[in-house]
Amino acid sequence: MSGVNIVLKREFRSYFATPIAYVFILIFLILSGVFTFYLGNFYERQQADLTPFFSFHPWLYLFLVPAVSMRLWSEERKSGTIELLMTLPLKRFDVIVGKFLAAWIFTGIALALTFPLWITVNYLGEPDNGVIIASYLGSWLMAGGFLAIGSCASALSKSQVISFILCGVVCLLFILAGFPMVLNAFSDWAPAVVVDTIASLSFLTHFTSVSKGVLSLRDFLYFFSMIVFWLLATTVVIELKQAG
Amino acid sequence: MIEVNHLQKNYGPLVAVDDISFKVVPGEILGFLGPNGAGKSTTMKMITGFIDPTHGSISIWGSDIQDDKLAAQKHIGYLPEGTPAYDEMTPRGFLDFIAEVRGFTKTERLVRIEHVSKIMSLGSVLDQRIETLSKGFKRRVGLAQAIIHDPDVLILDEPTDGLDPNQKHQVREMIRGLSKDKIVIISTHILEEVSAVCTRAIIIAEGKILSDGTPAELEESSRYHQAVTLKSHSSEDASKMIEKIESLDCVKGVEQNEMSILVFPEVKDGTLLPAIIDLVKTQEWQLTELFQEKGRLDEVFRRITRESSHVGS
Repeated sequence: MSGVNIVLKREFRSYFATPIAYVFILIFLILSGVFTFYLGNFYERQQADLTPFFSFHPWLYLFLVPAVSMRLWSEERKSGTIELLMTLPLKRFDVIVGKFLAAWIFTGIALALTFPLWITVNYLGEPDNGVIIASYLGSWLMAGGFLAIGSCASALSKSQVISFILCGVVCLLFILAGFPMVLNAFSDWAPAVVVDTIASLSFLTHFTSVSKGVLSLRDFLYFFSMIVFWLLATTVVIELKQAG
Repeated sequence: MIEVNHLQKNYGPLVAVDDISFKVVPGEILGFLGPNGAGKSTTMKMITGFIDPTHGSISIWGSDIQDDKLAAQKHIGYLPEGTPAYDEMTPRGFLDFIAEVRGFTKTERLVRIEHVSKIMSLGSVLDQRIETLSKGFKRRVGLAQAIIHDPDVLILDEPTDGLDPNQKHQVREMIRGLSKDKIVIISTHILEEVSAVCTRAIIIAEGKILSDGTPAELEESSRYHQAVTLKSHSSEDASKMIEKIESLDCVKGVEQNEMSILVFPEVKDGTLLPAIIDLVKTQEWQLTELFQEKGRLDEVFRRITRESSHVGS
């Protein structure tokens, strides 16, 4: 466990040692504001909740999370520091988890910095703050799922551009899997079990229920197992690379 | 002790390291010599556990690098080729991270960092970002992280590559200054380095060990070993001297290059130089130079590595 901690600390500090962290947070805040107020019609809806804010998160994460995750492994491989890291007496999974957690906590901070919106709705009306907290938690869990996919994508290539695109595409597939458009294409011919399975794999399906404030154990387990699955996939990729 | 047994690494059809076996005992400073792409770095990457061998095994102080990687890696300090480091960190932060991974407590880490930055003269740059450091300083940071836990095994991949002569000298001094119960493995393609620091040299080319011995043994295998050079005032003088020299029994051959004469011994038993000195005295030759060679490593290196490529082709 101490290995996870040491790696996490180093990674986390390195975010803030470069402008990346500040640029990311700034863009995240600006975009989430733009989405909420212009596309989400925050005021026009005349409702004291953050639904317009949260409903855009899958799309926001779609291109912001790969920007965080792409450097996780690609940069280490490119600069050669991976050779240093992997020859230190650290368990491989500890390093993978430590790096992931650093990225996840970092996105958590970006997410938490949207708190003025929460203050705003509380000032304007009387929102259900339980729903909002559940939605924040759900959004953060979803970010974790995206990041874990990104970790695996990043382990595959030493090019950050390739990692970015790869992560974006896979995440898009996981979002789209819940779209009626996609599900209809299957429902005509595939058995209901298949359609349900595809729908249940979707980020969107789970996030929609979460953003309504229903953080059920199922959704929690879904995001959690997504994270575990993709971190294990990262381990496999890194081990394969090591075996050459 | 390090034991490498029948080590092999294939990349598809390419055999990067081909059935290498050797042992290194404490106190040895082993130089890996070889042309670029010979398999030196690949071997080091396998010893340190960065890549897995296709076949064979490596044991470090009794721990197998594949079965018990962490135990083996605890013994090792490693400087990978090109000295990778986290550019956005300061040497202090970087060394602190490495020392923490190596299991030192906060106070121990302060002492350790103090100690290695003194050895590597890093004091002035400890709080500067690594990306702003010169190549020499970067290398010293890399070496500092490799020795921070006082490892039993120090593996340095081209530690002096790209450094200026003063920096090279410093790095070699550091390696020589390590205590005598350590194992050091360095890779290099600089031959002078081998005679300067190593107690043993292994020459590899195309993934195979071609020669294994002390630098002195390598020099002895040179055709220049115990050859004597005389330099006279003019090439006419030299030509006259050659006739007399060739008549000596212990002379195998003579090469003239303008004013200098290179005499090869019949037998490398140390009799050539005294014989020539006698001759110079009796003939009362006026010389500007007279010396005996130890051997030329570059010639040995070229001969050994070329022979292998002939066999291979």
